[in-house]
Amino acid sequence: MPPTNTSMSATLETTKEITILFAGDSGDGIQLTGTQFTDTNALFGNDLSTFPNFPAEIRAPQGTLAGVSGFQLHFGSIEIFTPGDECDALVVMNVAALKANLKSLKKGGIIIANTDGFDAKNLRLAKVESGISPLEDGSLSNYKVYPIEVTKLTRECLKDSGLGTKDIDRTKNMFVLGFVLWMFDRTLDPTIKFVSEKFKKKPEIVDANVKVLKAGYHYGDTTETATTRFSVDKAEMPKGTYRNMMGNQATALGLIAASKRSGLELFYGSYPITPASDVLHELAKHKNFGVKTFQAEDEIAAVASAIGASFGGALGVTASSGPGIALKGEAIGLALMLELPLVIVNVQRGGPSTGLPTKTEQADLLQAVYGRNGEAPVAVVAAATPADCFNMAFEACRLAVQHMTPVFFLSDGYLANGAEPWKFPTEDELPSFKGNFATPSDLKDGEYLPYERDENLVRKWAIPGTLGLEHRVGGIEKQDGTGNISYDPDNHQHMVNTRAQKVANIAKNVPLQDIELGSKTGKVLVLGWGSTYGAIKAAVKDLTEEGHSVSHAHVRYLFPFPQNFEEVLRSFDTVLIPEMNMGQLRMMIRSEFLIPAVGLNKVKGIPFTKGEIKNKVLELLDQLIK
Amino acid sequence: MAEVLNGAMTAKELETDQEVRWCPGCGDYSILKQVQKVIPELGIKREDIVFISGIGCSSRFPYYMNTYGMHSIHGRAPAVVSGLKSTNPDLSVWMITGDGDSLSIGGNHLIHLLRRNFDINVLLFNNQIYGLTKGQYSPTSEEGKTTKSTPMGSLDHPFNPAALCLGADSTFYARTMDRDPVHMRDILLKASHHKGTSMIEIYQNCNVFNDGAFFGMTDKETKKQQTLFVEHGKPLIFGQNNEFGIKLDGFKPVIVNMDSASADDLWIHDEKDRAKANILARFYGNPATEGELPRPFGVFYSEDRPCYEDLLVNQVEVAKEKFGEGDLNALLRGKNTWTIG
Repeated sequence: MPPTNTSMSATLETTKEITILFAGDSGDGIQLTGTQFTDTNALFGNDLSTFPNFPAEIRAPQGTLAGVSGFQLHFGSIEIFTPGDECDALVVMNVAALKANLKSLKKGGIIIANTDGFDAKNLRLAKVESGISPLEDGSLSNYKVYPIEVTKLTRECLKDSGLGTKDIDRTKNMFVLGFVLWMFDRTLDPTIKFVSEKFKKKPEIVDANVKVLKAGYHYGDTTETATTRFSVDKAEMPKGTYRNMMGNQATALGLIAASKRSGLELFYGSYPITPASDVLHELAKHKNFGVKTFQAEDEIAAVASAIGASFGGALGVTASSGPGIALKGEAIGLALMLELPLVIVNVQRGGPSTGLPTKTEQADLLQAVYGRNGEAPVAVVAAATPADCFNMAFEACRLAVQHMTPVFFLSDGYLANGAEPWKFPTEDELPSFKGNFATPSDLKDGEYLPYERDENLVRKWAIPGTLGLEHRVGGIEKQDGTGNISYDPDNHQHMVNTRAQKVANIAKNVPLQDIELGSKTGKVLVLGWGSTYGAIKAAVKDLTEEGHSVSHAHVRYLFPFPQNFEEVLRSFDTVLIPEMNMGQLRMMIRSEFLIPAVGLNKVKGIPFTKGEIKNKVLELLDQLIK
Repeated sequence: MAEVLNGAMTAKELETDQEVRWCPGCGDYSILKQVQKVIPELGIKREDIVFISGIGCSSRFPYYMNTYGMHSIHGRAPAVVSGLKSTNPDLSVWMITGDGDSLSIGGNHLIHLLRRNFDINVLLFNNQIYGLTKGQYSPTSEEGKTTKSTPMGSLDHPFNPAALCLGADSTFYARTMDRDPVHMRDILLKASHHKGTSMIEIYQNCNVFNDGAFFGMTDKETKKQQTLFVEHGKPLIFGQNNEFGIKLDGFKPVIVNMDSASADDLWIHDEKDRAKANILARFYGNPATEGELPRPFGVFYSEDRPCYEDLLVNQVEVAKEKFGEGDLNALLRGKNTWTIG
């Protein structure tokens, strides 16, 4: 590994935080470059947050604005809550990538540009009307531009490798990564280890990648391209051992942990859909935990198979994104009627119908809470950060099993693909819970009543194979107790009330709502749910430090709400709810508590910035004074 | 109830306290009765038996069986049984469905159930009509069928369930009918002994909305002319006095008069022969019409192929052997960590 601090000319400047955005064609290996740089910083000990942003097409038209893939990373020696509003450095593989992302670069920021992506063809594809490269027309005079002939240098580096041009060009992201690792004073070791493992069956590819990676590093070191390098110290984080964690992976781990801590076999029925598929991919790797994954023929089969598994005494889980959840609706109603545990994971994405498959949104909250026929209450929980997906997926399983009912777990595209350091728990630190299985001792005069309930109105779980408990369940309204079909009007009213109360009782089994940041009373409460967590926390942190009366509460249990929820909300003059939808939680709060909450709403497929939230709070504070 | 053990079960004990609510004269009664008769002979403990259905008249069936049961949602029973069998491979699972339930709304799930080959018995009640929704044509109704939703006649070409199932690589397909309880019983036994998805299509008379759809194949006077009962290793012979046989001219089945042919010339039924089963499935015109082939009944095809749930359990075992029993702490820790403090 090349030693650090040996640069001939560049000075090393220590800074507290850096936001860097890698951008290029979706075939340029941008996501890999970003992930490797992230992992390197995570292993070094920085706090961080990432935001991958890619087109829906597998290989979008090369060189065009539509084909730009991006990966933003914010890392620091201080606490990091978001992937960053503005970038300090922008790495672009072509002119389209520059054009699409220049607006998010700070004035005076750094541009690392692959000049080979700025030729006449690329200028035409990126619709640069003048036909003059922005690297040459003076338009970038407010920035520090480092032009590098990446393609040419990579080819030069591997000219004797015996590899074809295509294979050689594929390694050019390693040159860029090497250069960036040099510029931010990081070691090449994690990347060399990664490449060696990934291509262990193709040593010539390992050699090529490592050679190019080192070439990029040395290029920074020996040329006088950059005069300043940046160093970010380790973050002051709570003591402990950490790993880097992405949302979908955390969800999968949460499900496995719940299976292990409950002793229930995990059955996962799902149908591939962006951005939920990685949960299936991750679970399928862990069959040695007894996990059974089932790639069903469609979304409806996915949820119905999970219901069949739950009927058989397993922990039935299904996952999808919005369009798939729409298809699962009828079966979720069935699980509610059967009163069986079922966990439904919704990794939300943008828009109605197919919408914006690779972009993020929080617009399925009302669908989760209300989106079924009949009076069909289903519990809903949501994660706040990528690593929090672990906790809330686990919680969804716990509540589903303890209350014999379907539970939604809401994640979203931003959480799914985002990453952060995770101080992972050990097995003993996780709660254990059990299915309340019926046994032959539950027989009364030789009869078994499948819908007999405990004090929380929860029925027992009588699984096929248990002698004497033979019973029939179904989606038709049933008589309480016996479970026999009943069309009796009073019984239907009774069952609707009972199911509603049963779900409402879950509130007794969830933590009280806490205040994330700020005092317990004050002028403005910024109430968030889901992935707006980081942006809200960062904004409220700034505002409290500036002396404003602002607090942040983040609700993870959305239906039913925690028991003290109304009290928390009423302790503030105003409640502001930033949401990546048109005001869904706000609608629930207003209708449930008659509290005139204010919304800050955005549906652009991209997360909130800290600045947007700060501005809205300041505006509200201003109005309160007036 | 609890003391009922292996083999001690009677048909009577499989009845529930629920009033059976099919229309008087419905063919479903006959099917229910035969199932209740056959099950005690299988030597399966009652607590290990599960009946799962979708929606429709036939799908009320689980309520009338004193076993475990679920009346699920329209068309989705194949998916429910898939999940159940995946996690509980030792259960004896019976799926009850109708032509509307499984061939229309649930068509997709049915074909995937068949190709995966879970060890499940499927009873497809085919009455060529929608009964529960009161008389619209179904995916198996004949072209031109006049119903409430098709006053000028149906334009839909009907599904041929046998061809559909064999096309989906079903490992067992048999056809029987409500009005031949002896045959139905035999088929139910054969199906229950098949390891894999056993598809039994049962012609069932809906005496309210489609009365007599199969009477030509069930009435004494016409039955022998219009039906062909196939048995493994036996020649294909039919007719009032077994006066006709069927032989193969290349891939083409032809009817021969037994006066001029010997049994040795005839097609000998081989339920392991997929190609012949496919030809048999195409005996599908109107058997009452002169020159048309009679409608076959019996086991068309039976094949041994690994069951999905066994393969799934095996994969879990292989994973445990290869990677060791799952260690949650190791999983949570992952490969790359760093320590602060």
